[in-house]
This record gives sequence, structure tokens and C-alpha cells, in this order.
Amino acid sequence: MPRVSFENIVKSYGGLTVLDDLNLSVEHGEFLVLLGPSGCGKTTLLNLLAGLADVTDGRIVIGERDVTDLDPKDRGLAMVFQSYALYPTKSVRGNLKFGLSAAKLPREEIARRVDWAAKLLQIEPLMDRRPSQLSGGQRQRVAIGRALVKHADVLLFDEPLSNLDAKLRTEMRLEIMRLHDELNPTVVYVTHDQIEAMTMATKIAVMNGGVIQQFGTPDEVYETPANLFVAGFIGAPAMNLKEARIAKADGGVEGVFATGARIALDDYAFARAPQEGAPIVVGMRPEHFGAPNATLDGAAGRFVLPLQHTERTGSDATGYLHWGEGLLSHRVEPGDAARLRPGQTISVAFPRGKANLFDAASGERL
Amino acid sequence: MTDLSVTEAAAGATVVRRHPRVRRRRGLNGRSIAVLVFLTMCALFFCVPLYVVLTTSLKTMEEIRQGQIFALPETWTLEAWSFAWNEACSGITCEGLKVGFWNSVRILVPSLILSISLAMVTGYALALWEVKWAGTFLFLLFLCAFVPLQIIMFPLIAITRTMGVYGTIMGVAVVHSVMAMPVLTLIFRNFYKDIPREIMNAAIMDSGSFWKIFAHIILPMSGNILIVVLILQITNVWNDYLVGVTFGGFNTQPMTVNLANMVTVSTGTATYNVDMAAALLTAIPPLVIYFLVGKFFVAGITAGAIKG
Repeated sequence: MPRVSFENIVKSYGGLTVLDDLNLSVEHGEFLVLLGPSGCGKTTLLNLLAGLADVTDGRIVIGERDVTDLDPKDRGLAMVFQSYALYPTKSVRGNLKFGLSAAKLPREEIARRVDWAAKLLQIEPLMDRRPSQLSGGQRQRVAIGRALVKHADVLLFDEPLSNLDAKLRTEMRLEIMRLHDELNPTVVYVTHDQIEAMTMATKIAVMNGGVIQQFGTPDEVYETPANLFVAGFIGAPAMNLKEARIAKADGGVEGVFATGARIALDDYAFARAPQEGAPIVVGMRPEHFGAPNATLDGAAGRFVLPLQHTERTGSDATGYLHWGEGLLSHRVEPGDAARLRPGQTISVAFPRGKANLFDAASGERL
Repeated sequence: MTDLSVTEAAAGATVVRRHPRVRRRRGLNGRSIAVLVFLTMCALFFCVPLYVVLTTSLKTMEEIRQGQIFALPETWTLEAWSFAWNEACSGITCEGLKVGFWNSVRILVPSLILSISLAMVTGYALALWEVKWAGTFLFLLFLCAFVPLQIIMFPLIAITRTMGVYGTIMGVAVVHSVMAMPVLTLIFRNFYKDIPREIMNAAIMDSGSFWKIFAHIILPMSGNILIVVLILQITNVWNDYLVGVTFGGFNTQPMTVNLANMVTVSTGTATYNVDMAAALLTAIPPLVIYFLVGKFFVAGITAGAIKG
């Protein structure tokens, strides 16, 4: 279970540079999720690690080995693809066996491993079927099985759950987490689904435009986003990002929004002392707001705004308030949401110590 | 497939334009009558000569001399067929068409193996592996596919003579293979291009060997295109005259050349019944192959549709 590291990776296609001087490393046994919107370079990075594409410059190291110029099959990796990529003319058993017999393993060893994987993934009754005779979830299990039988130290997943329906996705998510706990391989997992990232990862690398925006544990990424992109990308409903200016009053620091509302920022851990009048962006998670019209002791700010609409998502509900041209979202109890009427003016309080501040010009966290 | 989609479109139109039902139906009737008439004419165009050829080959010469070409034979006989197969003279040899038949078979088999195996591997490499100058190579192949045989006939004769295969069965087979290569390679390349990239990536991560992936993954997926190419190539090679007459030696000429000699170079009266029987004999093998393999072809398509 070695560590995997990318060192100064450059990847360009013709004149287009997709990745420029990228560094990232993940310790053994970790579950790294590369998270980002489409076209952010996460799949490219995975393909470089797998050896399916060549790096333009830089080094890829797995354990102690420099694998930059090795063939894919010699890198000690196994990969699960988005479309499962099962061999259509082979049975499930044939699919699991192909990589092993290509590696010239002894026949008993192959049989032993195939049986082990079949048992682990509960696909024993399917072993003689063709991929086309399987359902989506079963295909996914076979694809994972095909990766597991190789006993590779590093497992790669390329958006493996994006073709499944929501219920199966939840099941397979748990399944993959169980396998990771049992076998403890190093995992590199590419997805654009932040729920997968938040639930499965031990480390998340948020990528955008070929650049790693933030690398950290799911909690770090969620609680202290490094910049505006991460703040806006992680979390559903998204964090409220509102422009404001720093104002100093009564020895304390405040943010004054364009709407005139104020928020106390005294207990924010500024990296540098804030300048009076400096333009900032205040990030407020919807779930940190107090209940509508309730009093909140020691609130940093209180906003009295008309309600536009509420949205119920099962266990949660979100209220959207008019905020200048935009909207301010805040979590409400589903029971309360039913009583709120559009147009009604509501007062919501935001607690101290929860705001995220960003430099308006650079987008970086203050 | 095209027919199907047309029917579907027509069905869609039915749903949309339900109200002026009477007028629409009358229009469709007129159109279908026109189509039927046209199709009947087409069918007759092919069937009438075929009928004449078939009945003539089953008549005796006396009957033919009466000049009623559309009449059914009074006495049905296979004499002409057996004569054409066993005894008819082609040039100075009088051993019938069977010589040419076996020559054709001996040309067909090696040329099929050679051209299809080479084109398959080349197409596979061009479609699924990174080959340097692949684009240029494909463009050249594309150009080559349009070069007529007549233009390169003389150089080809010189080349086959240098290789020492001119005038032999192998020579004819090699020329057929070479001439078929551009088109076949393009066909295979385009077929393999549609194999999902991820399957290829999975195979590369599993094995990485060019030949192992070809034999275990790609070849088993090629059933349908193999049948298509087989039909195409068998028809091409069997029906060829020009290559056979140019590159074949005296006793190594294919059936078509044999047939032509038999029909055009004959002494005395023209034996129409033998000529017709010989023509039918020559035409039958591709037809048989087509019906035999065509069945598998259809089966292959439906199996693919159900099993994915």
C-alpha cells in the first residue's frame, strides 16, 4: 500500500497546457478523491497515473518506484472505469481472469483469486453470464472485482458511480467504503459528485482549470475552503457568497454589505490585519443560520429580508430570501418551512465564528 | 435499416395528422401503387433473363433451335449441366468447368486468408493503438482504394514476375489480396474505431500486449464485420475476370476465364444450353456462400442487438 505522488506534472496536448506544474501526494492506505467540474483535468491526472496518457514533464512515483515511463500493466495499478469497460464477449469469470492469465499467474492462483473476489462482491451466481446479461449495479461489481483480483496496491476509480441510479449509487458507495476498510488499498477516485467526495474520501483534492484549488480532509475542505471556487463548489445548497467592505467600529471589525446590512467579524482569524474599506466576500453556510425569527444569543449579524420561496429536499428545507439582486439561502426545519409564505418578511441570524472571508480581488481566503 | 426508419417516420406522421384521415390514406395508396409497380418492373428486369437462362440450360439443342425462348422445356434434362462441368472445351483443353472451379477455390482461399488477416491487424493497429503517421497512412490508403487495377497493371505484372509468382495460382491470389487491402483495412479500421476507448484502456491495463488483446478481446468482437468482409471478398474474387486472365497461367485460370473461353471460343454451332449451364454454374458459388453466411450475418446482428 504505497504512497503515490505527482511531482511537477506538466501535461499539454499540442499547444494546450492542461496541467501545469502540479504537485500532489497521497499517503498509503488513503482514499484520495479528485473532485472538480467537467474539464478540470481530474481524469487527465488519473490517466497519467494509470499510464494511459504520457506526461509532458514531471515525475510520478508509486511507493519507491518512479513509474513515469513504465507501461500501464507494470505500474501495479488496477482501474475501474466509468462505463465499466467489461469485455463484452467474455463471461464474468473470463473478465476477472483475463488480466491474471495475461500476467501468467499459475492456474490455481487465478482460480483462488477469482473465487475470493466473487465471494467478496457477492457475484458468485453470475460468474458464467455475459456482461450484457447483467444489470448496471452487477456490472459495476464485476468491474470492481476485475480490479481487485489483481491485488494491486493502488486502485483507481474513474467516476465509477455516475452511470447508476441514486439508490444503487448509495449502495455502491457503501460497498466501496467497506472494501477500502477491509483491504485498505491506496485509492485515487475521480468524481464530480461532492457527496461521493465528502462521504468516501480521507483526502479531497478540489481541482479547477488544471490547478489543485485545495487539498485536505473533507472537513477542512468544507469548513475552511481555501478560496472562492472551493467555497462555491462544495456544499449543497451552496454557500452564500456576498460582497462586503471591511469597516472598523468600536474597536471591532465589521463587514458592511452592499445592502447596508452588517456582520461582526471580530472572532475571525485573519491571516493579516484587515484594511479599512477593503473589498471582501463573506461566505455563510445556509445551515449555520438560526431558525427564522428566533433570537440568537451573540449573533454576528441579523438580516431582515422578504422570503422568495422555500424548497424542501426530504430531510431538509431551504428558504431563499431576497438579498439585493440575488438570494440568501438558509436552512430551515421542514416543519417551519411549511408555515413560511412567500413575500413574508423574515429575520434570520448568523452566529459568530462561522463566516468564511475571502479577498474580493484574488478570491483567496483571508 | 433505412426502410425501418422510413416506416417509423410514416407512423409518426399518422399520429400527428389524424384529422384529414381520408385524404391522407388516398395519397398513401397512390404512392404505394407507384412503388409496387416500380418494384415489379425491377424484379421483372432481373427475373426474365434469369428465367430464360435457367430454362434454356434445361432444354435440348433441338428445342432451342425452335426459337421459343420463353417456352418451358418439353423434356427436362441436366445433360447440358453435366457436359459443361465435365467435358466442355475451353481453348484446347476439354475437361469442362471443373478445372476452373477448383482453380477459383485455390485462388479464393489463400487470398481471403492473406487479405483479411493483414487488413484486420492493420485496421486494429490504426484504430486502437497510437501509430506514428497514422493519419497520413490512412489518407494514402483512402487514395489507393480509388486507383483502378488497369492503371497499375503493368508494374504489377513486373512485380509478380520478379517475385516468381506470375502465371501461378499464388500470383492471382496475391494480386487479389493486394488490391483488396486498402478498402478492407479502412473497413476494419472504421469498425474498430467504434470500440469504446475504455474497453481498450482496460485491456491495456490488464495485459498491454498487442497480440494478446487482439486475440482475446478484439477478435471475438469482430464476428459481424468478418462476415461482411467475407461476403464482399468472396464475391469480388470469385467474380473477377481481369486479374485472373492477366495473372493466371494456362492451366491456372479461374472459373470466370474458363467460362469466357468456353463461350467465346467454340467451334461449330453455339451450344446455348451448355453456355447457359456453365454461366449458372459459375454464378452459383457466391450465391450459396451469400445465403449460407448471410443467415449467420443476420443471426449475428440480432444476437448483438439482444446481448448488447
